[in-house]
Amino acid sequence: MKKITYVINGEARHLHVEPNDVLLDVLRDKLGLKSPKCGCDRGDCGACAVLLDGKSVRSCLILAIECDGMAIETVEGIGQDGLSALQEKFIALNSFQCGFCAPGVTISATELLRNNPRPTLDDVKEALSGNLCRCTGYTPIIEAVLQAGNEGGEHGKL
Amino acid sequence: MENYRNIGKPEVRIDGREKVSGAAIYTADLDFGPNLLHAHVVGSTEASAEIVSIDFEEALKVDGVLHVFTARDFPNYQFGLYMKDRYIFAQDKVRFHGEQVAAVVARCPKAAKKAAELVKVTYKKLPQVLDQMEALKEDAVLIHPDLENYEHVPWFFPKAKTNIAHWRKVRKGNTEQGFAQADFILEDSYHVPRYAHCAIEPHCAIGKFDLSGRLTVWATSQSPHTQRHIFAEALAPLGITHHDVRVIAPHVGGGFGGKAGVTMEILAAALATKCKGDPVKVQWSREQDFYNTYQRLGVVTNLKIGVKNNGKITALHHRINWDAGAYVEYGANVVNAVGLSAIGPYNIDNVSIDSVCIYTNLPPGGAYRGFGYSEFLFGLESHITRIAKHLGIDEVEMRKINGIKEGDTTAYSARMNPSGLHEAIEKVANEIEWGKKETSKDPNKVIGKGFSLFWKAPAMPPNASSSAFIKFNEDASLNILVSGMDIGQGYLTVMAQIAGEILGIPTHKIRTENPDTDRNPYEWQTVASHITWSCGNAVKKAAIDAREQIFDLVERTHHLHRETLYLEDEKVKCTQSASFELPLSDFVINGIQVEDGTFKGGPIIGRGVFMPEFSSTNADPETSQGGHPNVHYTVGAGAITLEIDKETGKMRILKVVEAVDVGKALNPSLVEGQLTGGLMQGLATVMFEDMRYDANGRLLNPNFTDYKLPTAKDIPDEVIPIIIEVPQPDGPFGARGVGEHTMLPAAPMVANAVEDALGVRIREMPITAEKIALAYKAKMEQSSKDG
Ligand code: FES
Ligand code: FES
Repeated sequence: MKKITYVINGEARHLHVEPNDVLLDVLRDKLGLKSPKCGCDRGDCGACAVLLDGKSVRSCLILAIECDGMAIETVEGIGQDGLSALQEKFIALNSFQCGFCAPGVTISATELLRNNPRPTLDDVKEALSGNLCRCTGYTPIIEAVLQAGNEGGEHGKL
Repeated sequence: MENYRNIGKPEVRIDGREKVSGAAIYTADLDFGPNLLHAHVVGSTEASAEIVSIDFEEALKVDGVLHVFTARDFPNYQFGLYMKDRYIFAQDKVRFHGEQVAAVVARCPKAAKKAAELVKVTYKKLPQVLDQMEALKEDAVLIHPDLENYEHVPWFFPKAKTNIAHWRKVRKGNTEQGFAQADFILEDSYHVPRYAHCAIEPHCAIGKFDLSGRLTVWATSQSPHTQRHIFAEALAPLGITHHDVRVIAPHVGGGFGGKAGVTMEILAAALATKCKGDPVKVQWSREQDFYNTYQRLGVVTNLKIGVKNNGKITALHHRINWDAGAYVEYGANVVNAVGLSAIGPYNIDNVSIDSVCIYTNLPPGGAYRGFGYSEFLFGLESHITRIAKHLGIDEVEMRKINGIKEGDTTAYSARMNPSGLHEAIEKVANEIEWGKKETSKDPNKVIGKGFSLFWKAPAMPPNASSSAFIKFNEDASLNILVSGMDIGQGYLTVMAQIAGEILGIPTHKIRTENPDTDRNPYEWQTVASHITWSCGNAVKKAAIDAREQIFDLVERTHHLHRETLYLEDEKVKCTQSASFELPLSDFVINGIQVEDGTFKGGPIIGRGVFMPEFSSTNADPETSQGGHPNVHYTVGAGAITLEIDKETGKMRILKVVEAVDVGKALNPSLVEGQLTGGLMQGLATVMFEDMRYDANGRLLNPNFTDYKLPTAKDIPDEVIPIIIEVPQPDGPFGARGVGEHTMLPAAPMVANAVEDALGVRIREMPITAEKIALAYKAKMEQSSKDG
């Protein structure tokens, strides 16, 4: 067991982890953050995505111990002061069906819009290509990201 | 046109905010405290073998391991939905690779997994049969020698001492005569392999058998009440009854049929009974999800269709051989459903269909979105195109000539319900610009168009029912209690729209949540695309019941004729008195005070039940004539414009159009979601997914690296969903089901477009780039040889 610290959604939290503990399990089971989901446990589906120092990563592939001292943002953090413009778009367009992929998709799309507030269709497809969604055929998700980009851009809350 | 306030509006999902904010809780997200136990299941490494011994001494030594359970703990506990052919743990033999042989229960998942790897199972290989055509042979090894002893529903016809678990026969008219009248007969075979559901949420179930003898199971589920029923039946030897069992279903991360019935959930229920007091969690890995839930059945079909020169079909014979896997307790009903409907959406006088459910040593086949219809439509709609080409008739025209209309007879001679099939054909043909040849700018690429019709009926027992309670809150908001599952289709929202419409309440003031079988009234299952229709009817009745109570009360207390009362904007209003407006929030809980100071009424609670009382499976087993097994068919058409690279076979979907007759789109945004999502799932089966087994029945690609699902980069350039509304007379506001149908035309329209573009006909799914390139190359070589 090693004591480590994360800045999770803006709050410093200290915890003990084993050297082989996986970040996804630690977030879900030790820190109670359930928005990252496990869909494959091997880096294929993107359901477990979180932002690590602002970059999206698959938390099922990362050891918890490697992230000591880093900032982690999950969907709980993105929406904690009211949902983002992107999240509101997702709601307005009925972008998701079962919603299981929604947290991972939200992480990828948020990263995209923060770095590239006016993405093109190809930018959006590229950014979401690591997130599997079995329900929607992607179209209503892509549409929401494009609209959030066009309407919100730098000025919207992302 | 009715003037609706909630119905027909593209309202936002009532669970949208929950899902988008990360608040939505799925089964694996539930916390059970420090006493939670974790089970890891040991799967068979053989497809067909006798279990000689199971040695788990080493496993028990792992720190944190409490128990190892095997079939000895559950001797001959059989279960199943339509046929009881499945066991909690494999008994003396295993019948498919991955079948559950033992389970380790430990304090933490890592210990359980480690110990499971130490369980030594000794097998003695038995002959195996992985192919349904082999399994049909007379000398084939019998996968279930005791088949004749299995309990099953009365509409199944197993053949003792064979691998045939069910044979649905349909005979209508006289096919011999029909073929004799034909000017042209085309006979050929088609092959559709197995597929996996791949809901992104893997299966998970937690069972808790508390110290009072209460069994609660939390599960990723499409079927909470049916699961309760099956758990109670399977665990009856322990003295457990329905009264003791409770199933709670949180949000579910996709179903597609894979979470219907009971598969791995039985393990959580059964293991809990041996770990009294502590919850036991069974979490399937992605690999286990591929292996040991259900898969879509594979088929080899033989199709023979006779036509006149004018395109009129005179006879159809369809023989469908299903690879149904090692246990067919659910899959045999796929076979049954297709047997009844493999005539397709056509009006044909002379029909014979044999749909044969065959055991193999592969994972159990079961419900998968489309319930067998995708599988037979691949051949049927390929065949129609080929015949039209042969006759020199336009294939869309050929479909119009034969397409079924209201009042025509189905294969089992019931009357076809109102249907917008011909409208769908017309609209799809227009939208895809049928008949207009397109050429690619790139000389290495060619463009083809493909067309397909589809139909599907719900497959369910004739007495499958739905029920609903509606209760008001002080602010005139509503809770609707139902037991269908929102598996993504938007069912909870649509139920709210229905109740809101009747009661004059905006949809956003209504909560409908996924069920707990203790508190929510009965629902059969969320399958068969029947839930909007069936449960929608129950909710509508419950809302009307509540409304009538409101009118009774207002009539009694305000002395107004009930015929003059109506509900609007959360108020009771009166057609005879414009000034009368009584807010619902004034009285739906606390009643109405009258002159003498007393209160009348009380909380308003509505109740509604729906069962299709006209449905029956009583029919002649040799012909299927006489019953009314299907409540109605939903029909539609699809078309695709495909660009193909001649050298590599790589395809690009330039445009895809699909029209479906939903009766009434209660929420057009959600219907479009079904169209866009279902189409993609259908296209994935034909263009991407490819399940591979080795010679020992081991799945070679049970993961998303090797079993390819489409990504955001693979979407069609243009998707055009078209909603047709020819009302279903017995549907809520005219609605009928749509969830499964949207994926049905995908495979045949791609096959037809490939032929249109390159002149090669592919009769075996999937249709991958490689397959196209090879077929085209062979064709070019042949034609250069022919000179
Ligand atoms: S769970 Fe991490 S990528 Fe699928
Ligand atoms: S909405 Fe179900 S997986 Fe994306």
